[in-house]
Amino acid sequence: MLDTLDLSRIQFAANISFHILFPTINIALGWILFYFKLRHDISKKPVWMRSYRFWVKIFSLTFALGVVSGITMSFQFGTNWPGFMETVGNIAGPLLGYEVLTAFFLEATFLGIMLFGINRVSSTVHTLSTFIVALGTTLSAFWILALNSWMHTPAGFEIRDGVVYATNWWDIIFNPSFPYRLIHMLLASGLTAAFFISGISAYRIRKGDPKIAPRAALKTGVSLAAVLIPLQIYVGDLHGLDTLKNQPAKIAAIEAVWETEKSTPLILFAIPDEERRTNFFDVSIPGMASLILTHDIKGEIKGLNEFETHPPVKPLFFGFRIMVGLGMCMLIFSWASMVLLIRGRPLPNLLLRGLEIMTFSGWIATLAGWYVTEVGRQPWLVTGILRTADAVTSVPSNHVGITLAAYLLTYSLLLVAYIHTLRVIAKRSITVEEFETLPPKFAEEYHTNLDSRGLTK
Amino acid sequence: MSEAHILPIIFVAIMGLAILVYSLLDGYDLGVGILFPLSQQREQNRDTMIASIGPFWDANETWLVMAVGTILIAFPKAHSVILFELYIPATIMLLGLIMRGVAFDFRAKAAVDFKLLWDRLFKLGSIVTALSQGYMLGKYVTGFQAGLIAELFSLASALGVTAAYACIGATWLIMKTEGELQKRSTYWARVTLNIMFLGIAFVCAVNIWLNPQVFSRWFDFPLAMFVLLIPLICLLLFIAANYLLRYYPLDQDRLNYLPFLLVCGIFLLSFVGLAFSYFPHIIPGQMTIWQSASDTASLKFLLYGAVVVIPVIIAYTAFSYIIFRGKASELKYY
Repeated sequence: MLDTLDLSRIQFAANISFHILFPTINIALGWILFYFKLRHDISKKPVWMRSYRFWVKIFSLTFALGVVSGITMSFQFGTNWPGFMETVGNIAGPLLGYEVLTAFFLEATFLGIMLFGINRVSSTVHTLSTFIVALGTTLSAFWILALNSWMHTPAGFEIRDGVVYATNWWDIIFNPSFPYRLIHMLLASGLTAAFFISGISAYRIRKGDPKIAPRAALKTGVSLAAVLIPLQIYVGDLHGLDTLKNQPAKIAAIEAVWETEKSTPLILFAIPDEERRTNFFDVSIPGMASLILTHDIKGEIKGLNEFETHPPVKPLFFGFRIMVGLGMCMLIFSWASMVLLIRGRPLPNLLLRGLEIMTFSGWIATLAGWYVTEVGRQPWLVTGILRTADAVTSVPSNHVGITLAAYLLTYSLLLVAYIHTLRVIAKRSITVEEFETLPPKFAEEYHTNLDSRGLTK
Repeated sequence: MSEAHILPIIFVAIMGLAILVYSLLDGYDLGVGILFPLSQQREQNRDTMIASIGPFWDANETWLVMAVGTILIAFPKAHSVILFELYIPATIMLLGLIMRGVAFDFRAKAAVDFKLLWDRLFKLGSIVTALSQGYMLGKYVTGFQAGLIAELFSLASALGVTAAYACIGATWLIMKTEGELQKRSTYWARVTLNIMFLGIAFVCAVNIWLNPQVFSRWFDFPLAMFVLLIPLICLLLFIAANYLLRYYPLDQDRLNYLPFLLVCGIFLLSFVGLAFSYFPHIIPGQMTIWQSASDTASLKFLLYGAVVVIPVIIAYTAFSYIIFRGKASELKYY
């Protein structure tokens, strides 16, 4: 029988995992919409407006799911983790407060103008609203990642009578792991949105959509991915080095290094066994882990056995490999598509198929990465200050069990509905024109659909 | 007076503002959901009703995050107690909010066969949200007492709040719609106004009967002469609304905003009445704002931002209401 702690952890993980799917798409999709709208405003080419109109529908659906699951998140602290706010509320409170004040209202209000206001405000104000929505989502990421990073690498505080008090807000916000985590996450969002757009556009093209708009969107998505993925690999490496410095046990678990050793091999595959404290079936490259982590093939890496407590090994070991593996797939798909697009060739069906399969690859990579970093902080909720077990509520476990079941059921249904609806929207767009809802004066100048200016062959 | 004394008062005022604005704004859009007609031939009505709240609902719900956030941030101890006591109803409310929030978007985008399903979920989610909020209000006001009387009181409060949301939703629709739907909305407004009146009167009576402290606060001279103006004006607003609604809609749709404003006034006075009954307790009979407040330095750090940002939020919210003024039938999605 699971106790309140386990159930609350599963419930929090389920809530945050479900929630993060939607902002991960929308942080970057907001900026991509701004780009589409701006391209249209400058070039006056209808194809950009059509791309905008198609993607803004998906943006609004994604946003709705993000909002409702986000409201749920704001209750989780109080319902399940009262010890968190009681101990570190003086730090967490203002950071969350600034997120609400500077981001939530901004994005929610201007989203209304962005979605419904196109006939009521000038095009400039509309483009500006799109910009503000994108800015709002990014600001939201800024504050929440500041808080999350502080939980990993706390700074700028003092403890009096077991309660944390702020001493320096600059140090709190720009704590050691924050810059890496923020950039890593923003790039992850960019990649998620890039493959999301490429995948759905590839689906439309493969199903026989003759229009330019999906091809323009595909090119945007693929180019974005091709540029971001090397950056992400580089930033991921920096993030790893920073983690080695601040949370060495996490790195040891990721690499499944049990004994401290020099010239540590990079384990490509293995089954780590925490009880016997060794790995089985391992396939590894000698010295590679040392080279990657210390930039010296003879570098020393501290093993798990040296730490008093360390996070569970298996989720970190496998989660990390899933994330990196998907990153490699992203590299291959985006660059292969890019080469063909640069040469002006249409993408072959096989590659379109591949991009379709990669549609939600960003989600899986992002979740895997977050599991690595969050499970990697255990047994701490706030490193060195508060243990997860000490923060949990005293609500009886059967109550948490009921709510967990209700959340899981709701979230599964919503996820199915979301993906199903994406399919419906994509299918419908193959035969239906995007600008049907434009006011007549626009519709006239936009009457040609299969115009071949610009983007595709 | 020291900062440690003043800051919690400022933050409880911000919290009060957030709760009041939430109940008005999400109140009307929940109300529209509660009134949602589900029969086949009403699809046009449903589309118009959705269009009337489309640009706003998202920002409206953000006030709930702000209200809960302010308690979480400024009064963490109270937040823990409240959400511990309300664990199950709060979760039910969240599930209701999730249902209606997504139904809103899915209904327009999912396959046509599913539209009616999402419409049903939208109505169900709105009702569940309103009922659980009313229930939680009842539990909160009774200081989370167990027992039959407290439960009955909470259930009455659940119905009262649902009627109140339906009423403000109906008056919103009087303002935002025309023709046959506007006439129907007027009828809805009249019915729900009376139920709301009974609900508020009942809550006031039970509250005074159960809590001697609340009784003495309201009926001690000489203050009573002034504070009793609150229920008195509230009663006058009820009578005025009840009378006016018989003649709505007026010729050429004059004063179509007046019923909405009157109901807003009733919400405001009821809220002030509640706040006056319990201040400075953040949990009635258990905990004051000072006992549960966060560290002064943290509150100060947040206050700088709040002072700058809250007026900006109010300004762009007003901007958005100005952009989307007028009848909803003219509103097109995208």
